[in-house]
Amino acid sequence: MKKKMTLLSPTAILGYGFPESSFTRGLSFDPHLIAVDAGSTDPGPYYLGSGKSFVPRGAVKRDLSFLLRAAVERRIPLLIGSAGGSGAKPHLAWCREIIWEVAREEKLSFRLAVIPADIRKSFLLEEMAAGKVEPLGPVPALTEDNVVESTYLAAQMGPEPLIRALEGGADVVLAGRCYDPAVFAALPLRRGFPAGLSLHLGKILECAAIAALPGSGSDCMLGFLEEERFYLEPASPERRATVDSVAAHTLYEKGDPYRLPGPGGLLDLQETSFEQVSERRVGISGSRFFPTSPYTVKVEGARLIGYRVITVAGARDPRFIESLDEIIDGVRKRTADNFSGDAGRFELTFHLYGRDGVMGPQEPHPRPAHEVGIVIEAVAEEAALAEAVLGFARSTMLHYGFPGRLATAGNLAFPYSPSDFKVGGAYVFSVYHLLTVENPAELFPITYEEVR
Amino acid sequence: MKPLTGLASVIRSKNAGPFELTIDIIFKSRDIYERVKREESLNAALIARLYRLPAEDVTVTYFDPACAFKATMKRRLPSGHPGEKDIYGAQQHAPLLDLSLPWSDAHAAAP
Repeated sequence: MKKKMTLLSPTAILGYGFPESSFTRGLSFDPHLIAVDAGSTDPGPYYLGSGKSFVPRGAVKRDLSFLLRAAVERRIPLLIGSAGGSGAKPHLAWCREIIWEVAREEKLSFRLAVIPADIRKSFLLEEMAAGKVEPLGPVPALTEDNVVESTYLAAQMGPEPLIRALEGGADVVLAGRCYDPAVFAALPLRRGFPAGLSLHLGKILECAAIAALPGSGSDCMLGFLEEERFYLEPASPERRATVDSVAAHTLYEKGDPYRLPGPGGLLDLQETSFEQVSERRVGISGSRFFPTSPYTVKVEGARLIGYRVITVAGARDPRFIESLDEIIDGVRKRTADNFSGDAGRFELTFHLYGRDGVMGPQEPHPRPAHEVGIVIEAVAEEAALAEAVLGFARSTMLHYGFPGRLATAGNLAFPYSPSDFKVGGAYVFSVYHLLTVENPAELFPITYEEVR
Repeated sequence: MKPLTGLASVIRSKNAGPFELTIDIIFKSRDIYERVKREESLNAALIARLYRLPAEDVTVTYFDPACAFKATMKRRLPSGHPGEKDIYGAQQHAPLLDLSLPWSDAHAAAP
Protein backbone atom coordinates (compact mmCIF):
# COMPACT_ATOMS: atom_id res chain seq x y z
CA MET A 1 0.00 0.00 0.00
CA LYS A 2 1.54 3.28 -1.08
CA LYS A 3 1.69 6.14 1.37
CA LYS A 4 -0.56 9.14 0.81
CA MET A 5 -1.10 12.35 2.75
CA THR A 6 -3.56 15.21 2.39
CA LEU A 7 -2.55 18.70 3.54
CA LEU A 8 -4.77 21.74 3.97
CA SER A 9 -3.44 25.29 3.71
CA PRO A 10 -6.23 27.65 4.75
CA THR A 11 -4.66 31.02 3.89
CA ALA A 12 -1.41 32.60 2.72
CA ILE A 13 -0.78 34.44 6.01
CA LEU A 14 -2.52 33.74 9.30
CA GLY A 15 -5.07 36.55 9.54
CA TYR A 16 -5.55 37.06 5.79
CA GLY A 17 -8.79 35.08 6.10
CA PHE A 18 -10.55 32.44 3.98
CA PRO A 19 -14.16 31.72 2.97
CA GLU A 20 -15.82 29.36 5.45
CA SER A 21 -17.21 27.36 2.51
CA SER A 22 -13.70 26.71 1.16
CA PHE A 23 -12.41 25.67 4.57
CA THR A 24 -15.36 23.30 5.06
CA ARG A 25 -14.78 21.82 1.62
CA GLY A 26 -11.08 21.45 2.41
CA LEU A 27 -11.95 19.56 5.60
CA SER A 28 -14.21 17.22 3.61
CA PHE A 29 -11.01 15.72 2.12
CA ASP A 30 -10.04 14.56 5.65
CA PRO A 31 -6.65 16.28 5.72
CA HIS A 32 -3.86 14.76 7.83
CA LEU A 33 -2.48 18.21 8.54
CA ILE A 34 -3.54 21.85 8.67
CA ALA A 35 -0.67 24.29 8.48
CA VAL A 36 -0.31 28.01 8.02
CA ASP A 37 2.60 30.33 7.65
CA ALA A 38 2.20 33.70 9.34
CA GLY A 39 5.45 35.34 8.36
CA SER A 40 7.21 37.58 5.91
CA THR A 41 9.92 40.22 5.83
CA ASP A 42 8.01 41.86 2.99
CA PRO A 43 6.21 44.54 5.02
CA GLY A 44 9.60 45.97 5.92
CA PRO A 45 11.78 46.22 9.03
CA TYR A 46 9.29 47.98 11.33
CA TYR A 47 7.39 44.87 12.39
CA LEU A 48 10.40 42.79 13.40
CA GLY A 49 12.09 45.83 14.92
CA SER A 50 9.12 47.01 16.98
CA GLY A 51 7.85 43.57 17.97
CA LYS A 52 4.46 44.20 16.38
CA SER A 53 2.34 42.13 14.02
CA PHE A 54 1.55 43.38 10.52
CA VAL A 55 -1.81 41.61 10.63
CA PRO A 56 -4.53 42.94 12.98
CA ARG A 57 -5.27 40.93 16.13
CA GLY A 58 -8.95 40.50 15.30
CA ALA A 59 -8.13 38.99 11.91
CA VAL A 60 -5.70 36.48 13.43
CA LYS A 61 -8.22 35.55 16.11
CA ARG A 62 -10.92 35.01 13.50
CA ASP A 63 -8.73 32.62 11.51
CA LEU A 64 -7.45 30.82 14.61
CA SER A 65 -10.97 30.19 15.90
CA PHE A 66 -11.76 28.18 12.72
CA LEU A 67 -8.41 26.43 12.62
CA LEU A 68 -8.27 25.46 16.31
CA ARG A 69 -11.88 24.23 16.36
CA ALA A 70 -11.36 22.05 13.29
CA ALA A 71 -7.97 20.76 14.44
CA VAL A 72 -9.08 19.85 17.96
CA GLU A 73 -12.51 18.43 17.10
CA ARG A 74 -11.17 16.35 14.20
CA ARG A 75 -7.81 15.56 15.84
CA ILE A 76 -5.81 17.01 12.93
CA PRO A 77 -2.35 18.37 13.78
CA LEU A 78 -2.19 22.16 13.35
CA LEU A 79 1.17 23.83 12.70
CA ILE A 80 1.64 27.60 12.72
CA GLY A 81 4.96 29.09 11.57
CA SER A 82 6.52 32.53 12.01
CA ALA A 83 4.03 33.52 14.69
CA GLY A 84 2.99 37.15 14.69
CA GLY A 85 4.60 37.79 11.29
CA SER A 86 8.24 38.19 12.27
CA GLY A 87 8.45 35.26 14.68
CA ALA A 88 10.53 36.89 17.44
CA LYS A 89 9.72 36.80 21.16
CA PRO A 90 6.94 39.43 21.31
CA HIS A 91 5.31 38.11 18.13
CA LEU A 92 5.27 34.59 19.52
CA ALA A 93 3.84 35.75 22.87
CA TRP A 94 1.15 37.75 21.05
CA CYS A 95 0.00 34.79 18.97
CA ARG A 96 0.19 32.39 21.94
CA GLU A 97 -2.10 34.68 23.92
CA ILE A 98 -4.65 34.68 21.09
CA ILE A 99 -4.53 30.86 20.97
CA TRP A 100 -5.23 30.64 24.70
CA GLU A 101 -8.06 33.16 24.39
CA VAL A 102 -9.72 31.21 21.56
CA ALA A 103 -9.27 27.95 23.46
CA ARG A 104 -10.96 29.45 26.54
CA GLU A 105 -13.85 30.91 24.56
CA GLU A 106 -14.39 27.76 22.48
CA LYS A 107 -13.70 25.39 25.42
CA LEU A 108 -10.97 23.53 23.52
CA SER A 109 -8.31 21.34 25.15
CA PHE A 110 -5.06 20.37 23.46
CA ARG A 111 -1.33 19.99 23.89
CA LEU A 112 0.45 23.07 22.56
CA ALA A 113 4.12 23.14 21.65
CA VAL A 114 5.73 26.57 21.58
CA ILE A 115 9.08 26.93 19.79
CA PRO A 116 10.85 30.28 20.13
CA ALA A 117 13.35 31.25 17.43
CA ASP A 118 15.21 34.04 19.23
CA ILE A 119 18.98 34.29 19.04
CA ARG A 120 20.93 35.78 21.95
CA LYS A 121 23.09 38.72 20.93
CA SER A 122 26.06 37.42 22.89
CA PHE A 123 25.76 34.08 21.09
CA LEU A 124 25.64 35.72 17.65
CA LEU A 125 28.66 37.88 18.51
CA GLU A 126 30.63 34.78 19.56
CA GLU A 127 29.68 32.99 16.36
CA MET A 128 30.55 36.08 14.34
CA ALA A 129 33.99 36.18 15.93
CA ALA A 130 34.37 32.47 15.13
CA GLY A 131 33.70 33.19 11.45
CA LYS A 132 30.36 31.37 11.40
CA VAL A 133 28.28 34.26 10.04
CA GLU A 134 28.12 35.38 6.42
CA PRO A 135 25.91 37.82 4.49
CA LEU A 136 22.92 36.36 2.65
CA GLY A 137 23.15 37.92 -0.82
CA PRO A 138 24.11 41.57 -1.42
CA VAL A 139 24.07 42.38 2.30
CA PRO A 140 26.84 44.24 4.13
CA ALA A 141 29.09 42.15 6.38
CA LEU A 142 27.73 41.90 9.91
CA THR A 143 29.10 44.36 12.44
CA GLU A 144 29.08 44.22 16.22
CA ASP A 145 26.96 47.41 16.30
CA ASN A 146 24.31 45.85 14.09
CA VAL A 147 24.02 42.90 16.44
CA VAL A 148 24.08 44.92 19.67
CA GLU A 149 21.61 47.54 18.38
CA SER A 150 19.08 45.05 17.01
CA THR A 151 15.87 45.05 19.00
CA TYR A 152 15.12 41.41 18.17
CA LEU A 153 17.04 38.65 16.46
CA ALA A 154 15.27 35.58 15.14
CA ALA A 155 16.59 32.57 13.25
CA GLN A 156 14.54 30.80 10.63
CA MET A 157 14.01 27.21 11.82
CA GLY A 158 13.75 24.29 9.46
CA PRO A 159 11.35 21.35 9.84
CA GLU A 160 13.47 19.52 12.48
CA PRO A 161 12.18 21.34 15.61
CA LEU A 162 8.59 20.98 14.33
CA ILE A 163 9.10 17.25 13.87
CA ARG A 164 10.39 16.98 17.45
CA ALA A 165 7.34 18.87 18.70
CA LEU A 166 5.05 16.42 16.90
CA GLU A 167 7.01 13.53 18.38
CA GLY A 168 6.55 15.18 21.77
CA GLY A 169 2.81 14.72 21.36
CA ALA A 170 1.84 18.26 20.34
CA ASP A 171 -1.62 18.69 18.84
CA VAL A 172 -0.89 22.29 17.94
CA VAL A 173 2.58 23.66 17.21
CA LEU A 174 3.25 27.38 17.43
CA ALA A 175 6.66 28.23 16.03
CA GLY A 176 8.62 31.45 16.00
CA ARG A 177 10.44 32.46 12.81
CA CYS A 178 10.21 29.49 10.52
CA TYR A 179 11.16 28.57 6.95
CA ASP A 180 7.79 29.00 5.23
CA PRO A 181 7.49 25.44 3.81
CA ALA A 182 8.61 23.78 7.07
CA VAL A 183 5.19 23.76 8.75
CA PHE A 184 3.85 21.77 5.78
CA ALA A 185 6.89 19.52 5.30
CA ALA A 186 7.43 18.51 8.96
CA LEU A 187 4.75 15.80 9.21
CA PRO A 188 5.42 14.35 5.71
CA LEU A 189 9.14 14.16 6.53
CA ARG A 190 8.37 12.40 9.81
CA ARG A 191 6.29 9.89 7.86
CA GLY A 192 9.13 9.25 5.44
CA PHE A 193 8.05 11.16 2.34
CA PRO A 194 10.90 12.46 0.16
CA ALA A 195 12.26 15.82 1.30
CA GLY A 196 12.26 17.36 -2.19
CA LEU A 197 8.56 16.71 -2.75
CA SER A 198 7.59 17.58 0.84
CA LEU A 199 9.41 20.92 0.77
CA HIS A 200 8.31 21.86 -2.74
CA LEU A 201 4.70 21.11 -1.80
CA GLY A 202 5.19 23.26 1.31
CA LYS A 203 6.69 26.03 -0.77
CA ILE A 204 3.52 26.24 -2.85
CA LEU A 205 1.03 25.59 -0.04
CA GLU A 206 2.46 28.34 2.15
CA CYS A 207 0.94 30.85 -0.26
CA ALA A 208 -2.39 28.96 -0.24
CA ALA A 209 -4.52 29.85 -3.28
CA ILE A 210 -2.07 32.43 -4.67
CA ALA A 211 -0.85 29.63 -6.95
CA ALA A 212 -4.40 29.09 -8.28
CA LEU A 213 -6.31 30.73 -11.11
CA PRO A 214 -7.77 33.18 -10.22
CA GLY A 215 -5.17 33.61 -7.50
CA SER A 216 -5.98 34.61 -3.93
CA GLY A 217 -4.00 35.02 -0.74
CA SER A 218 -7.14 34.53 1.30
CA ASP A 219 -8.49 31.20 0.14
CA CYS A 220 -7.62 27.55 0.82
CA MET A 221 -5.39 25.16 -1.13
CA LEU A 222 -5.12 21.39 -0.81
CA GLY A 223 -2.01 19.29 -1.33
CA PHE A 224 -2.11 15.54 -2.00
CA LEU A 225 1.27 13.99 -1.40
CA GLU A 226 2.35 10.58 -2.68
CA GLU A 227 5.77 8.95 -2.69
CA GLU A 228 6.70 10.00 -6.23
CA ARG A 229 4.63 13.11 -6.85
CA PHE A 230 2.18 15.54 -5.34
CA TYR A 231 -0.98 17.21 -6.52
CA LEU A 232 -2.42 20.64 -5.88
CA GLU A 233 -6.05 21.61 -5.99
CA PRO A 234 -7.75 24.75 -4.65
CA ALA A 235 -10.51 24.05 -2.14
CA SER A 236 -12.88 26.52 -3.77
CA PRO A 237 -14.55 25.08 -6.90
CA GLU A 238 -14.33 28.57 -8.38
CA ARG A 239 -10.57 28.28 -8.67
CA ARG A 240 -8.29 25.95 -10.61
CA ALA A 241 -4.68 24.93 -10.30
CA THR A 242 -3.08 25.07 -13.74
CA VAL A 243 0.42 24.27 -14.88
CA ASP A 244 0.85 27.95 -15.72
CA SER A 245 -0.49 29.24 -12.40
CA VAL A 246 1.64 26.84 -10.34
CA ALA A 247 4.81 27.24 -12.43
CA ALA A 248 4.43 31.03 -12.38
CA HIS A 249 4.09 30.93 -8.60
CA THR A 250 7.34 28.99 -8.37
CA LEU A 251 9.07 32.15 -9.62
CA TYR A 252 7.40 34.46 -7.16
CA GLU A 253 9.61 36.38 -4.70
CA LYS A 254 12.62 34.17 -5.36
CA GLY A 255 16.00 35.11 -6.75
CA ASP A 256 16.59 31.83 -8.58
CA PRO A 257 13.60 29.64 -9.50
CA TYR A 258 15.63 26.45 -9.96
CA ARG A 259 17.64 26.45 -6.74
CA LEU A 260 15.88 27.43 -3.54
CA PRO A 261 18.15 27.49 -0.50
CA GLY A 262 16.66 26.86 2.94
CA PRO A 263 17.71 25.71 6.39
CA GLY A 264 20.10 22.78 6.03
CA GLY A 265 19.87 22.33 2.29
CA LEU A 266 18.84 23.25 -1.21
CA LEU A 267 15.54 22.53 -2.94
CA ASP A 268 16.43 21.82 -6.57
CA LEU A 269 13.71 22.18 -9.21
CA GLN A 270 15.85 21.63 -12.31
CA GLU A 271 14.19 18.29 -13.00
CA THR A 272 10.72 19.20 -11.79
CA SER A 273 7.86 18.59 -14.16
CA PHE A 274 4.36 20.03 -13.97
CA GLU A 275 1.38 18.17 -15.42
CA GLN A 276 -2.30 19.08 -15.75
CA VAL A 277 -4.01 15.93 -14.47
CA SER A 278 -7.56 17.27 -14.43
CA GLU A 279 -9.26 20.57 -14.97
CA ARG A 280 -8.54 21.84 -11.46
CA ARG A 281 -5.56 19.74 -10.40
CA VAL A 282 -1.84 19.87 -11.21
CA GLY A 283 0.64 17.05 -10.58
CA ILE A 284 4.28 17.79 -9.78
CA SER A 285 7.25 15.42 -9.67
CA GLY A 286 11.02 15.44 -9.87
CA SER A 287 11.75 18.06 -7.17
CA ARG A 288 14.87 17.15 -5.20
CA PHE A 289 16.45 18.20 -1.92
CA PHE A 290 20.18 18.23 -1.31
CA PRO A 291 21.27 18.63 2.31
CA THR A 292 24.18 21.02 2.72
CA SER A 293 26.93 20.62 5.23
CA PRO A 294 27.47 22.44 7.48
CA TYR A 295 23.89 23.29 8.41
CA THR A 296 23.04 26.99 8.08
CA VAL A 297 20.06 29.03 9.24
CA LYS A 298 19.07 32.55 8.29
CA VAL A 299 19.12 35.12 11.10
CA GLU A 300 17.03 38.28 10.80
CA GLY A 301 17.25 41.41 12.89
CA ALA A 302 16.12 45.02 12.76
CA ARG A 303 17.27 48.04 14.70
CA LEU A 304 15.83 51.41 15.61
CA ILE A 305 17.59 54.23 13.77
CA GLY A 306 15.42 57.05 15.08
CA TYR A 307 12.00 58.61 14.76
CA ARG A 308 10.15 59.56 11.62
CA VAL A 309 7.91 62.57 10.96
CA ILE A 310 6.34 63.25 7.56
CA THR A 311 4.19 65.83 5.83
CA VAL A 312 2.08 65.46 2.69
CA ALA A 313 1.57 68.35 0.26
CA GLY A 314 0.66 69.04 -3.33
CA ALA A 315 2.16 71.52 -5.80
CA ARG A 316 0.20 72.85 -8.76
CA ASP A 317 2.22 75.88 -9.87
CA PRO A 318 4.10 75.04 -13.12
CA ARG A 319 6.91 77.44 -12.27
CA PHE A 320 7.41 75.83 -8.89
CA ILE A 321 7.32 72.33 -10.44
CA GLU A 322 9.83 73.36 -13.08
CA SER A 323 12.24 74.59 -10.42
CA LEU A 324 11.68 71.70 -7.99
CA ASP A 325 15.24 70.38 -8.01
CA GLU A 326 16.75 73.77 -7.21
CA ILE A 327 14.07 74.43 -4.58
CA ILE A 328 14.70 71.11 -2.85
CA ASP A 329 18.40 71.75 -2.98
CA GLY A 330 17.80 75.15 -1.38
CA VAL A 331 15.52 73.72 1.32
CA ARG A 332 18.14 71.08 2.15
CA LYS A 333 20.86 73.72 2.47
CA ARG A 334 18.72 75.99 4.64
CA THR A 335 17.77 73.04 6.87
CA ALA A 336 21.37 71.87 7.18
CA ASP A 337 22.42 75.41 8.07
CA ASN A 338 19.63 75.87 10.61
CA PHE A 339 20.43 72.56 12.35
CA SER A 340 24.20 72.65 11.85
CA GLY A 341 24.66 71.71 15.51
CA ASP A 342 22.84 68.45 14.80
CA ALA A 343 24.67 67.60 11.57
CA GLY A 344 24.70 63.85 10.97
CA ARG A 345 21.88 63.24 13.45
CA PHE A 346 19.00 63.57 11.00
CA GLU A 347 18.13 62.66 7.43
CA LEU A 348 15.72 64.55 5.16
CA THR A 349 14.03 62.85 2.18
CA PHE A 350 11.68 64.20 -0.50
CA HIS A 351 9.37 61.80 -2.34
CA LEU A 352 7.99 63.47 -5.48
CA TYR A 353 4.86 61.66 -6.66
CA GLY A 354 4.02 62.53 -10.24
CA ARG A 355 7.70 62.67 -11.11
CA ASP A 356 9.88 59.89 -9.67
CA GLY A 357 8.20 59.09 -6.36
CA VAL A 358 8.15 55.35 -7.04
CA MET A 359 11.50 54.66 -8.70
CA GLY A 360 13.72 57.58 -7.67
CA PRO A 361 16.95 57.73 -9.68
CA GLN A 362 15.93 54.56 -11.57
CA GLU A 363 12.85 56.28 -13.08
CA PRO A 364 13.15 56.20 -16.90
CA HIS A 365 10.71 59.15 -17.39
CA PRO A 366 11.36 61.70 -14.64
CA ARG A 367 9.12 64.31 -16.26
CA PRO A 368 6.80 65.88 -13.73
CA ALA A 369 3.03 65.85 -14.28
CA HIS A 370 0.95 69.06 -14.13
CA GLU A 371 0.79 68.59 -10.39
CA VAL A 372 3.21 66.86 -8.05
CA GLY A 373 2.57 65.18 -4.71
CA ILE A 374 5.34 65.79 -2.19
CA VAL A 375 6.06 63.75 0.91
CA ILE A 376 8.78 65.28 3.05
CA GLU A 377 10.24 62.92 5.58
CA ALA A 378 12.61 63.57 8.45
CA VAL A 379 14.25 60.76 10.40
CA ALA A 380 16.28 61.86 13.41
CA GLU A 381 17.81 60.29 16.47
CA GLU A 382 15.22 61.93 18.73
CA ALA A 383 11.55 62.49 18.03
CA ALA A 384 11.81 66.18 18.97
CA LEU A 385 14.62 66.74 16.48
CA ALA A 386 12.69 64.94 13.72
CA GLU A 387 9.69 67.19 14.41
CA ALA A 388 11.82 70.33 14.40
CA VAL A 389 13.69 69.41 11.21
CA LEU A 390 10.51 68.43 9.38
CA GLY A 391 8.67 71.55 10.50
CA PHE A 392 11.54 73.75 9.36
CA ALA A 393 11.85 72.02 5.97
CA ARG A 394 8.08 72.23 5.45
CA SER A 395 7.78 75.93 6.22
CA THR A 396 10.93 76.72 4.23
CA MET A 397 9.56 74.92 1.18
CA LEU A 398 6.14 76.56 1.61
CA HIS A 399 7.61 80.06 1.43
CA TYR A 400 10.70 79.40 -0.66
CA GLY A 401 11.49 82.24 -3.08
CA PHE A 402 12.71 80.99 -6.44
CA PRO A 403 13.49 82.87 -9.68
CA GLY A 404 10.34 83.51 -11.72
CA ARG A 405 7.97 83.00 -8.77
CA LEU A 406 4.56 84.69 -9.23
CA ALA A 407 2.58 83.06 -6.39
CA THR A 408 4.19 84.67 -3.37
CA ALA A 409 1.54 83.53 -0.84
CA GLY A 410 2.74 79.92 -0.61
CA ASN A 411 4.13 77.06 -2.73
CA LEU A 412 2.34 74.07 -1.24
CA ALA A 413 -1.24 72.82 -0.83
CA PHE A 414 -1.67 70.87 2.43
CA PRO A 415 -4.65 68.54 2.62
CA TYR A 416 -4.52 68.36 6.42
CA SER A 417 -4.29 70.38 9.56
CA PRO A 418 -2.14 69.42 11.40
CA SER A 419 0.19 69.15 8.43
CA ASP A 420 2.85 66.97 10.07
CA PHE A 421 2.49 63.35 11.12
CA LYS A 422 4.52 61.55 13.73
CA VAL A 423 5.07 58.09 12.28
CA GLY A 424 7.02 56.80 15.29
CA GLY A 425 10.08 54.56 15.36
CA ALA A 426 12.06 54.16 12.14
CA TYR A 427 13.79 50.80 11.74
CA VAL A 428 16.16 49.22 9.25
CA PHE A 429 17.10 45.59 8.68
CA SER A 430 20.35 45.14 10.59
CA VAL A 431 20.90 41.39 10.28
CA TYR A 432 20.10 39.23 7.27
CA HIS A 433 22.83 36.67 7.50
CA LEU A 434 23.50 32.97 7.43
CA LEU A 435 24.66 31.34 10.64
CA THR A 436 26.45 28.00 10.58
CA VAL A 437 25.19 25.80 13.41
CA GLU A 438 26.50 22.54 14.81
CA ASN A 439 23.20 21.41 16.23
CA PRO A 440 20.16 23.31 14.91
CA ALA A 441 17.96 21.76 17.61
CA GLU A 442 19.79 23.73 20.33
CA LEU A 443 18.65 27.03 18.84
CA PHE A 444 14.98 26.12 18.99
CA PRO A 445 14.00 24.75 22.43
CA ILE A 446 10.47 23.42 22.75
CA THR A 447 8.07 23.95 25.66
CA TYR A 448 4.75 22.16 26.00
CA GLU A 449 1.59 23.57 27.51
CA GLU A 450 -1.62 21.73 28.29
CA VAL A 451 -4.26 24.15 27.05
CA ARG A 452 -7.69 23.65 28.58
CA MET B 1 11.07 45.06 -33.10
CA LYS B 2 8.09 44.02 -31.01
CA PRO B 3 6.91 45.66 -27.78
CA LEU B 4 7.45 43.37 -24.78
CA THR B 5 3.90 44.15 -23.63
CA GLY B 6 2.67 42.33 -26.76
CA LEU B 7 4.79 39.24 -26.07
CA ALA B 8 4.25 38.77 -22.33
CA SER B 9 1.21 37.99 -20.18
CA VAL B 10 2.92 38.93 -16.90
CA ILE B 11 5.52 41.64 -16.27
CA ARG B 12 6.13 42.15 -12.55
CA SER B 13 8.66 43.10 -9.89
CA LYS B 14 8.86 42.08 -6.25
CA ASN B 15 11.29 41.82 -3.35
CA ALA B 16 13.33 38.65 -3.12
CA GLY B 17 14.18 39.33 0.51
CA PRO B 18 14.76 42.90 1.74
CA PHE B 19 18.01 43.42 -0.18
CA GLU B 20 17.14 42.16 -3.66
CA LEU B 21 14.53 42.89 -6.29
CA THR B 22 13.36 40.28 -8.76
CA ILE B 23 11.63 40.75 -12.11
CA ASP B 24 9.47 38.10 -13.76
CA ILE B 25 8.40 38.20 -17.40
CA ILE B 26 6.07 35.36 -18.35
CA PHE B 27 5.55 34.96 -22.08
CA LYS B 28 2.23 34.40 -23.83
CA SER B 29 3.28 31.21 -25.54
CA ARG B 30 6.07 28.65 -25.51
CA ASP B 31 6.96 29.64 -29.09
CA ILE B 32 7.55 33.25 -28.09
CA TYR B 33 9.46 32.18 -24.99
CA GLU B 34 11.71 29.78 -26.89
CA ARG B 35 12.55 32.44 -29.45
CA VAL B 36 13.42 35.07 -26.83
CA LYS B 37 15.46 32.49 -24.94
CA ARG B 38 17.29 31.34 -28.10
CA GLU B 39 18.19 34.87 -29.11
CA GLU B 40 18.89 35.94 -25.50
CA SER B 41 17.27 39.24 -26.36
CA LEU B 42 16.62 39.65 -22.64
CA ASN B 43 19.91 39.50 -20.79
CA ALA B 44 21.76 40.84 -17.75
CA ALA B 45 23.39 43.71 -19.64
CA LEU B 46 20.03 44.98 -20.87
CA ILE B 47 18.42 44.82 -17.41
CA ALA B 48 21.45 46.49 -15.84
CA ARG B 49 21.18 49.32 -18.35
CA LEU B 50 17.42 49.77 -17.77
CA TYR B 51 17.92 49.90 -14.01
CA ARG B 52 21.18 51.87 -14.12
CA LEU B 53 23.10 49.21 -12.25
CA PRO B 54 26.49 47.62 -12.85
CA ALA B 55 25.99 44.38 -14.81
CA GLU B 56 27.53 42.35 -11.97
CA ASP B 57 24.58 43.35 -9.74
CA VAL B 58 22.12 41.52 -12.04
CA THR B 59 21.64 37.77 -12.54
CA VAL B 60 19.21 36.32 -15.07
CA THR B 61 17.54 32.93 -15.54
CA TYR B 62 15.25 31.51 -18.19
CA PHE B 63 12.72 29.28 -16.40
CA ASP B 64 11.28 26.76 -18.86
CA PRO B 65 8.39 25.37 -16.75
CA ALA B 66 6.72 28.80 -16.63
CA CYS B 67 7.94 30.15 -20.01
CA ALA B 68 9.49 32.92 -17.97
CA PHE B 69 12.50 35.17 -17.81
CA LYS B 70 13.72 36.22 -14.38
CA ALA B 71 16.21 38.92 -13.45
CA THR B 72 17.33 39.44 -9.86
CA MET B 73 19.21 42.57 -8.89
CA LYS B 74 20.57 44.36 -5.91
CA ARG B 75 18.07 46.87 -4.55
CA ARG B 76 19.10 50.52 -4.80
CA LEU B 77 18.39 50.71 -1.05
CA PRO B 78 17.22 47.89 1.23
CA SER B 79 13.47 47.70 1.84
CA GLY B 80 12.48 50.22 4.50
CA HIS B 81 15.72 52.21 4.51
CA PRO B 82 15.36 56.00 4.73
CA GLY B 83 14.97 57.35 1.19
CA GLU B 84 13.71 54.03 -0.13
CA LYS B 85 10.42 54.26 -2.02
CA ASP B 86 8.86 50.84 -2.51
CA ILE B 87 8.77 48.55 0.56
CA TYR B 88 7.41 45.54 -1.38
CA GLY B 89 9.25 46.34 -4.61
CA ALA B 90 6.03 45.68 -6.49
CA GLN B 91 6.09 48.82 -8.69
CA GLN B 92 9.59 48.64 -10.13
CA HIS B 93 8.61 47.00 -13.41
CA ALA B 94 7.80 50.18 -15.38
CA PRO B 95 11.06 50.37 -17.40
CA LEU B 96 10.17 46.98 -18.93
CA LEU B 97 6.86 48.32 -20.25
CA ASP B 98 8.75 50.57 -22.66
CA LEU B 99 10.94 47.78 -23.95
CA SER B 100 10.85 46.37 -27.49
CA LEU B 101 12.70 43.21 -28.46
CA PRO B 102 14.37 42.54 -31.83
CA TRP B 103 11.94 40.45 -33.89
CA SER B 104 12.99 40.16 -37.49
CA ASP B 105 10.57 38.60 -39.98
CA ALA B 106 13.33 36.33 -41.23
CA HIS B 107 12.65 34.15 -38.20
CA ALA B 108 9.65 32.06 -37.35
CA ALA B 109 6.23 33.55 -37.96
CA ALA B 110 5.31 36.35 -35.61
CA PRO B 111 2.78 35.47 -32.89
